[in-house]
Amino acid sequence: MKLRRKLLGSSIVTLTALAAFTIIGVVAFVMGTIVLGGMGTLSWEFLTSSPTEGMTAGGIFPAIAGTALLVIIMSIAGVPVGTVTAIYLSEYASQKSILARSIRFAVNTLAGVPAIVFGLFGLGFFVQFVGTGMDRFFSGGAELQWAQPNLLWASLTMALLTLPVVIVSVEEAIKTVPQDLRAASLALGATKWQTIWKVVLPNSATGILTGGILAVSRGAGEVAPILFTGAAYFLPHLPGGLSDQFMELGYHVYIMSTQSTNVDATRGIQYATTLVLLLLTFMLNFSAIFLRSRIRARQLQ
Amino acid sequence: MLTAKASEPSVRSKVDKTEAEGVRLPALSTKSFANPVHPGSPVRRFIKADLAKRFRLDEFLAEKLITLVAFISLATIVMIFVFVFREAAPIFSGKSVVEATTTQTEPMETYGDEYVGKSGGAANSQNQNFISVETAGAEGKASLSNLLSTTWQPVSSQPKYGIVPLVVGSLKVTLLAILFAAPIAVLAALFTSSFAPKWAKEILKPAIEVLAGFPSVVIGFFTLVTLATLLQDFFGYQFRLNAFVGGAAMSLAVIPIVYTVAEDALAAVPRYMSEASLALGATKWQTAFFVTLPAATPGVFAALLLGFGRAFGETMIVLMATGNAALLSLNFLEPVRTISATIGAEMAEVVFGDTHYTVLYFLGAILFVFTFTLNVVAEVFVRQRLLKRFRGG
Repeated sequence: MKLRRKLLGSSIVTLTALAAFTIIGVVAFVMGTIVLGGMGTLSWEFLTSSPTEGMTAGGIFPAIAGTALLVIIMSIAGVPVGTVTAIYLSEYASQKSILARSIRFAVNTLAGVPAIVFGLFGLGFFVQFVGTGMDRFFSGGAELQWAQPNLLWASLTMALLTLPVVIVSVEEAIKTVPQDLRAASLALGATKWQTIWKVVLPNSATGILTGGILAVSRGAGEVAPILFTGAAYFLPHLPGGLSDQFMELGYHVYIMSTQSTNVDATRGIQYATTLVLLLLTFMLNFSAIFLRSRIRARQLQ
Repeated sequence: MLTAKASEPSVRSKVDKTEAEGVRLPALSTKSFANPVHPGSPVRRFIKADLAKRFRLDEFLAEKLITLVAFISLATIVMIFVFVFREAAPIFSGKSVVEATTTQTEPMETYGDEYVGKSGGAANSQNQNFISVETAGAEGKASLSNLLSTTWQPVSSQPKYGIVPLVVGSLKVTLLAILFAAPIAVLAALFTSSFAPKWAKEILKPAIEVLAGFPSVVIGFFTLVTLATLLQDFFGYQFRLNAFVGGAAMSLAVIPIVYTVAEDALAAVPRYMSEASLALGATKWQTAFFVTLPAATPGVFAALLLGFGRAFGETMIVLMATGNAALLSLNFLEPVRTISATIGAEMAEVVFGDTHYTVLYFLGAILFVFTFTLNVVAEVFVRQRLLKRFRGG
């Protein structure tokens, strides 16, 4: 009886352990597959040259540059807005006010909206509504410049998508700034805004950086929002301005593996592009994890 | 703020009143100060009014500006509502008079290989005839009967916008994903919270973070080139890309969410509960399964709901791994086309403003409303109840 119960107990524990190690195994397997598949093609030349021969040879430089431009513009637009929202939520808003609660609710909801819906919103709002309005304003609607998918609209759509990431991360960091520091600053005669600007923000700079990095990692990996707000199949040159289309790593993987005419011939390129994308998001995520662990360590002090 | 925190409201109001009248406060009696200043001395007296909050324009503007920027998140949600529905609106206004008077035929049974093509839509001639008769009066219009029909064939001379196969497809993939992900994720969370030695936690946590960090297009690609072939070799079914493969791939995206939220819920169970159970002589696993897990049920439920929402809205994985044929069937081993994949695949090629475009926005509206509802339910209902339970409500 006792033995049977012991056996049952250990087998149940083993079952949970098995579930946990399944996850670890799957992660290792996915990474192994992509690293092994991509290693052969990955080279310095692959990273720095353009696709050639109808995208069956050559490198992925335009896609890397496009991704970089996308996340840079996205960060310029999204990180300040996210930071200020976090400041509002943690420093200004009283936790019970209806406005603060609805903004918090909106942030939570925003995090759950599917990426493809952001794409639809970007197309309907930025491209069609704002873009058409800008064209009408600048050229009387004669010239189609802004009312079409482009780098700016894709970046802004992505900025909205990554907004919750920034807000959550910055707010977490602001919370770790000791209340004593604020009180000391106020006691010395500083105003509220001076306290935030000179005490709270410098002390949560790591959190803002973490939020930015996480947002960039998320933005670099999402493809659905840019499917119809700016990504291009193939461009012989880099985007010259905000109203140009661009190539992007994730989108490149998608079209190369599903839409191109000769899928099997370009397997190496597909694997290597995926590997580049994966390495990029990894580096970003791990630096974010590292920074966050430093914030948490301070919290414990 | 360091204002005179009006400990005695009467004094405060008196100060305000005198200030408003433009009268300088009379010097307070020297008795009230420990360090008296002689009358007539140039040193200004320190009075309560000096501590009162002064109006500063820059502070005022900073606060208003910050509130305004914080408003962007709220505005975005509202705008998504407005703009997705605005583009989908013609569906509701342009409703055709043709109503479905007959019931739908039974689902199609036999399939060839021709529907692997991108435009989707099975070419079952019998069904096609039936539908075209039904919608004859509503050419190009997305009538209600057309929307609720069982054929999705938007690019043809008789476009058919039956969203039923897409909804069923989405549900199929999502259910499979939850079915695969839920046991693994919840058991792994239980392992972390109750049994795991430290070293195992130190491998598992980063592995979950890595999995959560996989871009969905990477999971899609991995499934397309490796997982689909592996599963087909192992199970030996007919179609390489199908709902089963899509569900398996999707579970990779769902596991981190379910694990994280479930683990949070399990960790939030107060220690006195498990300690009481252990003190009564229960073993570790009995405590985990009969005390900790039941106590965290609402949280685990919320985790599953969030996972469901994520899987329902996920686009790139299903776009690459499910075969994308809009068939209406309950067979999990046949290709499916989901709502999100349909939007992703077709939106780039439609004419702005025509019926197809409108219907795609309508599908987006369905996705949005569905995931929105799930999130609200998970957040407001389940989580709050969990918190209440532990804080003694």
